Amino acid sequence: MLGEGIIKGMAETARNFLGSYVSDERLTTVQYPEERSPQIENARQFPFLVFDGNDPMAGLRCVACQICEKECPPKCIYIVKSKDKKPDYKGQLQLYPATFDIDLSVCMSCQICVEVCPFESIKMDTEYELSTADRFGGLLVNKHRLAKSNDHYRKIHPKDAADSDAALAMEVAKTQAKARAAAEAEAKAAAEAKAKTTAAQPAPQSP
Amino acid sequence: MINGLDQIFVTLKYWLVGQLANVLPASLLPLVSVLLSLVPILVVFPALFAITTVLERKGLGRIQNRYGPNRVGPFGFLQFAADGIKAIIKEDVVPRAADKVIHFLAPVVLVVPAFLVYSVLPVGRNMVAMDIDAGLLFFFAVGAASELAVFMAGWSSRNKYSLLGAMRAVAQMVSYEIPLILSTVTVVMIVGSLSTVDIVAKQSGYHAIGLPNWFVFTPWGFAGFILFLISANAEANRSPFDMPEGESEIIAGYFIEYSGFKFALFFLAEYLGLFAVSGLAITLFLGGWHAPLAALEFIPSWVWFFAKLLGLIGLFIWTRGTLPRLRVDQLMNFAWKFMLPMALINLLAAACWHLIGAGATRWIVCTLLVVGFYVLLGRGLMAGKKLAKRVYRYAN
Amino acid sequence: MGITFTIIAGLTIAAAVAAMTLRNLIHCALAVAVTFAGLAAAYLQLDAQFVGFAQILVYIGAVSILIVFAVLLTRGGEPSQEKVFSAASVTGIGVTLAVLGVLTWAITKSAVIQRDLPPQPEATVKQIGDALMTKYVLPLEVIGLLLTAALIGAVIIAMRDDVAADVRRRNKNSPGASVAENPPPHVGGYNN
Repeated sequence: MLGEGIIKGMAETARNFLGSYVSDERLTTVQYPEERSPQIENARQFPFLVFDGNDPMAGLRCVACQICEKECPPKCIYIVKSKDKKPDYKGQLQLYPATFDIDLSVCMSCQICVEVCPFESIKMDTEYELSTADRFGGLLVNKHRLAKSNDHYRKIHPKDAADSDAALAMEVAKTQAKARAAAEAEAKAAAEAKAKTTAAQPAPQSP
Repeated sequence: MINGLDQIFVTLKYWLVGQLANVLPASLLPLVSVLLSLVPILVVFPALFAITTVLERKGLGRIQNRYGPNRVGPFGFLQFAADGIKAIIKEDVVPRAADKVIHFLAPVVLVVPAFLVYSVLPVGRNMVAMDIDAGLLFFFAVGAASELAVFMAGWSSRNKYSLLGAMRAVAQMVSYEIPLILSTVTVVMIVGSLSTVDIVAKQSGYHAIGLPNWFVFTPWGFAGFILFLISANAEANRSPFDMPEGESEIIAGYFIEYSGFKFALFFLAEYLGLFAVSGLAITLFLGGWHAPLAALEFIPSWVWFFAKLLGLIGLFIWTRGTLPRLRVDQLMNFAWKFMLPMALINLLAAACWHLIGAGATRWIVCTLLVVGFYVLLGRGLMAGKKLAKRVYRYAN
Repeated sequence: MGITFTIIAGLTIAAAVAAMTLRNLIHCALAVAVTFAGLAAAYLQLDAQFVGFAQILVYIGAVSILIVFAVLLTRGGEPSQEKVFSAASVTGIGVTLAVLGVLTWAITKSAVIQRDLPPQPEATVKQIGDALMTKYVLPLEVIGLLLTAALIGAVIIAMRDDVAADVRRRNKNSPGASVAENPPPHVGGYNN
């Protein structure tokens, strides 16, 4: 009948109006500066560098391989390799970045740098309140601002951090296994060499 | 009950006039008396306008699953002060090619009739500013004068969109004036007088079952009330009839080129017009300042009037939040093909009501007449249209 | 006759003069609307409430808008650059003054002015309605017919060509008419 649709529509809005006072799903507004809505686990904003342990610069996982710099589509990463080496998470000596700058005003959060990094050292952060009044250099962040601990990574992306830790642990295990195998092979070779030299030289005769 | 709180404003006015009679010469007293009647109108209705803007924004917000403004003042209720200050201190931009005199006069010519019409609305018992014999005619005459101001505003801006919006607005207002006036003619027929005070007085008393004697509880009165409300919505250019000023359609229609205080005046005139037709609807159909139940008569009459006014304003806000905007041809078709025939049938039903004496027959006859024609018209007008859910050939 | 009447009369005459002399046609139309308002004020001052309010409702609410729309849809645009008073205006003013003189002489010498003022008639709405329905019902119906004819004429003049052809085709209803002569109706579409 004519007018039925209008009545149904008015009933729906009345339900919305009254329901907004009692239920949360009919009033989903978050009062922004005082409250913030929680972000989902896959949220991403801008990259950051992961470090293990307590010292940001000593524990930095990045080895300045410059793969992320080359793969970055808008070329917002700038890396300068160091001259010396420092030990990484496996104990081996690696280069480290003397300068690692990201221009956040250029970065488009495509996550390609994260996908190509072989060392699990650059990940996406979830912080979005980065406004600054300086429009020429205010969004150019260096490695000291970019370095955040692995605990922070575990807090913002628990599943990804667990995967990353597992991958690194496997690397460590592999290295240790290789080292042990190398050590064993060396020991066996040394033992064989020693046996050979003992056999090659018969027992000395003493006059 | 009857006196005391109910007549507090009337006694206050007479006391004031009495006090001033000792101070002022006798020739000025009529002027003072008139001013004392008018100043409350000039104070109360703009205050109501201010509250309504906030209530509307918050109401629409809740309908749309969000808060309204809630930062300025407690729960955002001082938002109108912020808006007012903004409107006053904004720069008044007048386009270089605009017709300056008419551009300046248009808001004035719009606001003055908007205030004038309040003088015939009975706000409470003995509380009407002017008891004219042809009060209803005065209301419509002055209301019609505001259409010229809309045209002046649109034309003087020398802007295509402005002129287009003004033409559409005038066409809409003229088309919806006819069902508006025809639905009030039914009330005039039954009451036999054009005076608003008489119309309210005729709706006093209660039926046997406790229902008040208001005209909205009769078949022709109910139909007339609905027709009147729809036409009032259209006259006030409010959604779903706000094609002339729709933001997404024609930017702001006839008041594109107005900024600052003149824009606030247009806004004020629109809302004042809305309050005025709501007040008239209350006077004609909802029994004016009468209480709905005999037991509630101790509440003062002006409280009832404003309660009903707020109820109608809430209804308008609710409608605005629900219905999408009508296209201009849908709007005109609705006025001329549906509202006008329904208004004429309503007139016939009211005549039957009056000629058939009191009793059950007239209820049955008039209800059948009104409802029957409503259904027939609805079926007839919707027959040729394909209004089923759209089916796509490839997208499915 | 009191200061109110002087003010109202002055306003009306000033608006009428402005309507004649203003350059911009829309300004003239708005000045005519002010003239109508002045007339309505004069009626109200004479206590003829119904006529006064009907004047506002009909003239300012409808006729002024009609005039303005007519000006817009036919001329519109820039005000003309010609002079407001042409060379023949002197003759015109002379003739006007002569007519005014003759009318004034006729009115002052007539019998109507010499009589005493009759008592003020009751002009309530009820009496006007009664008179319209009993004594003047025939003129009322004739005016209704006239307005209907005007309305139908306006609709026919404003009709779109294809719709008009459609109406003509349906009215002709002749089996021998060819398709070329009667094009099928244009379905839907607002761009012609």
